[in-house]
Amino acid sequence: MTGYFLRRALGAVVVVLVLSAVVYATFYIAPGDPARLACGPRCNPEQIRQVREQLQLNDPVYVQYWHFLQGIVAGHDYSTGTGVLHCDAPCFGLSYQNNQQVTDLIIQRLPATASLATGAMAVWLLLGTGTGLLSALRRGGATERVLTWLTLAGTATPVFISGLGLLMLFCAYLEWLPFPSYVPLTDDPEQWAWNMLLPWAALGLLESAKYARLTRSSMLETLAEDHIRTFRAYGIAERSLIGRHALRGALAPVIALSAADFGSMFGNAMLTEMMFGLPGIGQLLVTSTQTIDLPVVVAVVMVTGTAVVIANIAADVLYAVADRRVALR
Amino acid sequence: MTSEPLVAVDGLTVAFPTAGDGAVRAVDGLSFALAPGGALGIVGESGSGKSTAAFALLGLHHGTGARVTGSVRIAGHDVQAAEDAELRRLRGPVAAMVFQDPLSSLDPYQAVGDQIAEVYRTHRRDASRRAARARAVEVLDRVGIADAARRARSRPHEFSGGMRQRALIAMALALQPRLLVADEPTTALDVTVQAQILGLLRELRDETGMGLILVTHDLGVAAGSVDELLVMKDGRAVEQGPVRTVLDAPREQYTRELLSAVPRVNVRRAPLRAPEADGAVLLESTGLRREFGRGKHALTAVDDVSLTVRAGETVGVVGESGSGKTTLGRMLVRLLEPTGGELRYLGRDIGGLKERELRGFRSELQMVFQDPVSSLNPRRSIGESIADPLRALGKLNDNQITSRVRELLERVGLDAGAYHRYPHEFSGGQRQRVGIARALAPEPKLIVCDEPVSALDVTTQAQVVALLGELQRDLGLALVFIAHDLAVVRQVSDRLVVMRGGRIVEEGPADSVYEQPRHPYTQGLLAAVPLLEPAKAPA
Amino acid sequence: MTNTLTLPEPEAEAAPAPASGARQVRRRLLARKSALAAAAVLGLLVLLALGAPLLAALEGQDPNAYHDTLVDSARGGVPFGGFGGISAEHWLGVEPGTGRDLFVRLLYGARISLTVALGATLVQVVVGVAVGLGAALGNRFTDSLLSHVTDVMVAMPLLVFAIALVAVVPADFPRPVLLVVAIGLLAWGGMARLVRAQTLSLKKLDFVSAARLTGGSSWRIARRELLPSLAAPVITYAAILLPTNIVLEASMSFLGVGVKPPTPSWGQMLSTATTWFRADPLYVLLPALMLFVTTLAFTVLGDGVRAALDPREASRLRVGRSRRTSRTSGAGGAQ
Repeated sequence: MTGYFLRRALGAVVVVLVLSAVVYATFYIAPGDPARLACGPRCNPEQIRQVREQLQLNDPVYVQYWHFLQGIVAGHDYSTGTGVLHCDAPCFGLSYQNNQQVTDLIIQRLPATASLATGAMAVWLLLGTGTGLLSALRRGGATERVLTWLTLAGTATPVFISGLGLLMLFCAYLEWLPFPSYVPLTDDPEQWAWNMLLPWAALGLLESAKYARLTRSSMLETLAEDHIRTFRAYGIAERSLIGRHALRGALAPVIALSAADFGSMFGNAMLTEMMFGLPGIGQLLVTSTQTIDLPVVVAVVMVTGTAVVIANIAADVLYAVADRRVALR
Repeated sequence: MTSEPLVAVDGLTVAFPTAGDGAVRAVDGLSFALAPGGALGIVGESGSGKSTAAFALLGLHHGTGARVTGSVRIAGHDVQAAEDAELRRLRGPVAAMVFQDPLSSLDPYQAVGDQIAEVYRTHRRDASRRAARARAVEVLDRVGIADAARRARSRPHEFSGGMRQRALIAMALALQPRLLVADEPTTALDVTVQAQILGLLRELRDETGMGLILVTHDLGVAAGSVDELLVMKDGRAVEQGPVRTVLDAPREQYTRELLSAVPRVNVRRAPLRAPEADGAVLLESTGLRREFGRGKHALTAVDDVSLTVRAGETVGVVGESGSGKTTLGRMLVRLLEPTGGELRYLGRDIGGLKERELRGFRSELQMVFQDPVSSLNPRRSIGESIADPLRALGKLNDNQITSRVRELLERVGLDAGAYHRYPHEFSGGQRQRVGIARALAPEPKLIVCDEPVSALDVTTQAQVVALLGELQRDLGLALVFIAHDLAVVRQVSDRLVVMRGGRIVEEGPADSVYEQPRHPYTQGLLAAVPLLEPAKAPA
Repeated sequence: MTNTLTLPEPEAEAAPAPASGARQVRRRLLARKSALAAAAVLGLLVLLALGAPLLAALEGQDPNAYHDTLVDSARGGVPFGGFGGISAEHWLGVEPGTGRDLFVRLLYGARISLTVALGATLVQVVVGVAVGLGAALGNRFTDSLLSHVTDVMVAMPLLVFAIALVAVVPADFPRPVLLVVAIGLLAWGGMARLVRAQTLSLKKLDFVSAARLTGGSSWRIARRELLPSLAAPVITYAAILLPTNIVLEASMSFLGVGVKPPTPSWGQMLSTATTWFRADPLYVLLPALMLFVTTLAFTVLGDGVRAALDPREASRLRVGRSRRTSRTSGAGGAQ
């Protein structure tokens, strides 16, 4: 078991390293001149030269990459011409826009993204798996047909459509809720929850639909297995048949697939943030893409990539715990 | 009460709706009865409806869309008319069931003992958890699970196949049912384990006086375990009566055909031809070895196997599951590369040749596979499949190839016009004939047959075995015949090799190994084979 | 057909699927009313997209022509008249703010949406099949390398990467092509996994062993025995990828990193619509409806294709006894 974790951790480090190299190559080497981007549109050649010096862009590529890695692990010092600016580890550099440390920018944005993700997750875990189980158990009936079409429509609705719909309905017409504007949890928990309600619903509903479909097909597959037949042949009632013998087997693949889906969930969270104006990491990425703020873009990609790698390991372990037949290798 | 039969089935019909508006009648007007404590065997080939009938006894078709008519009464309960709650009370305490595949029939996530205890507590509401656990251990111990108290906490995958089937029987036993329905209970098991399970069922019947309905395709299994026999075909009862009467003096033509097709392990093979004294050595292996995996997980499937195959002879290879016989067969035709030892074909070492270097030998060494479904590409016509080796040889033009394929199809007993038809249009036996034609196409010197008839019904089995013998006689082929069924192997083999755990435990002329086995393992194997005629069985 | 042929000759050599098999699939597909309806909707949509210039000419409007006179600058640019300015000249009204014709812009939006989604799916299929086959047929090292790369690709947050990528590509690079490449090259992981798994299980089947015994080359075996059997799962998965790609294109346009204005795109319309939904709800509803209907139709059709190609789905409801066991009940006990 320990060996398994060590191997997985080592594998994760390798993946993150490869990711960093690819990302670095894509963003700092491939496109034109980072110095020009960093300096801004109104820089003269002399200023660009200075910036290039500051950012050490004259070094060979591998040295630059090494500095990049070094910054992440141990921090980095930038000369600003007049003095030295220290960037603490993990340092992803300084924003081209305002010379702020990128790490700080991301940390500022973290609470909004975390608020969105946790609330939406609660929605889709309960609603998604619940709906899936219900439609598997009511198979062949009207309930199943209705649920099947609802979930189908749910998966076909991008989050910016359902978000718009929710906004129009609850804020513009019914006026039950104010237009959401993010209030940090630490400032006012009640306002935080009220304002997050619609984002949670929008993201949660979309993911629920996906999980409902997944859970349904997994449950149907499990119910068709031979061991269910055995207990049916011994007079076990349908309800305990499902609760005791089918549920666990049915939910194991749902857990496994949820990890594989973590990345696409991230994309949907980003859309939700943009939709509702939440100051989260996704919004940060979109705005820095528009201003071509490379250090921020790179940092967001690295952070989300690493989060996905960790989520995958966590899901593998959960799956193995849920399904004891899977040996951890 | 005593005069009432335990099971009374009258005019039972089970129909499954098909894609259109039609329905397939899996069971068609079946009637039989079983006295309390009696044992009835339901035998038939695949598709005869025997399992469907068994499922109807416990009302297991309820709510599946199948249309069940006729009447089924078990110990006074009308299964057909029963509500769900009554059916549930019936299932277990009155009639319990044991299934074919013991691995998938148990919940993989729960301890075996807990599963038995759950079933027990479902029907004995007053029993405490502790009492149910104790009962589970008690019945596990009764069915011969050693150290039952500890093993009750194991999950099914920690059990061997035989132990799982014992556990399923224990589950039934826990409720002391009046009737046990066993659906192919030993089909997934090795022959020695099969003998143990059948022995256990007999013991339990004597001890508890429960009735038994044994559904099986194997007449030998039924012969030693039941008093009454019911032969089914196409959903109908062909013949029924006391087991010895049906087996010794069958009245119906179909029963006679079935019986004559059953291979007998205790009957010598009719010599096909005068045995050639010494054919040339075709294939020779010395210390052949194959491992799978590496390091800690390494598994030696074949270990130090030395074997000689001479031109024109048949070498039978028998062994139970995990004996390495299939791995050996695949190495002999070099579908697998040996990890050790030598493999010589006509004196040349072919054990280490690369795929490219092997091409010259491919046409000489061919194989017939076990599974008639997966051994033919479903997307290519059978003619194309047979023509493949001819095209690869590149000696014939298209017209010659087509006429050669037609010739081969006729040779294996198929219609020459079948060239453009696809595998799914054929039955299992016909597909196996196609597989044989494909193996024959490049005019090989040796064909390895890996369980060529084990997926076939007994009558089809006999026809395919006969075809192989005929081809061997006419073409002077050497055959390596790999099978788990000792009786089938006896019908074809000149020499016999017995394998166990990757090694050869005994080897010799077939008749002498069958009649005077020297190795205790071979003796045990032969003693475990169920016989149709107990009188003729050697003591 | 020659015997020594080793080079690919795709059309002549492609082994035909069994006629009755294909017919059965078609029959099962036709039997699903929902799939038929979805196909009809999609057919109509494709026709509308193809005929966009023709229909624009018929209406007499241009997708990019501004009509300042049609919007009320006093009210911030809301179209004059009811229902977003629907009139005989502008069948579905005009865009608030600019007064551009909505009908024509929606049609041209369909062109972008469908082209990008189809193109991206094609790239995904090509890359996914190549990588999957390479992993399944290659040696241990190739397999491990390609599988790891695939794992990383599957896990990575696609939308994040695609957006980031757009940031560094030169501004004059044609955006639709960029979208196709970005989505296609980032999201082939699932396809590669599927093809690898399918190929590995096919390789275990005896007919592939039998083909090896014929002495044909590995390429010949891959082409004749493996590829035809891979067609069904690949088509099914491509049908599932299509709606995902449509949503991805719309998402990127919504976030402002899709096709560039003035090229019309549904996602972009929805993005501007967020500021207009009170004053001009029709401007939200129309592109939302188009996107929803298109995605739903593709999803339903994908489900239909999957069910038609995999009839087990249909028989799954028969719980009592799995068909597998009843068919092999006459089989011997060997594995």
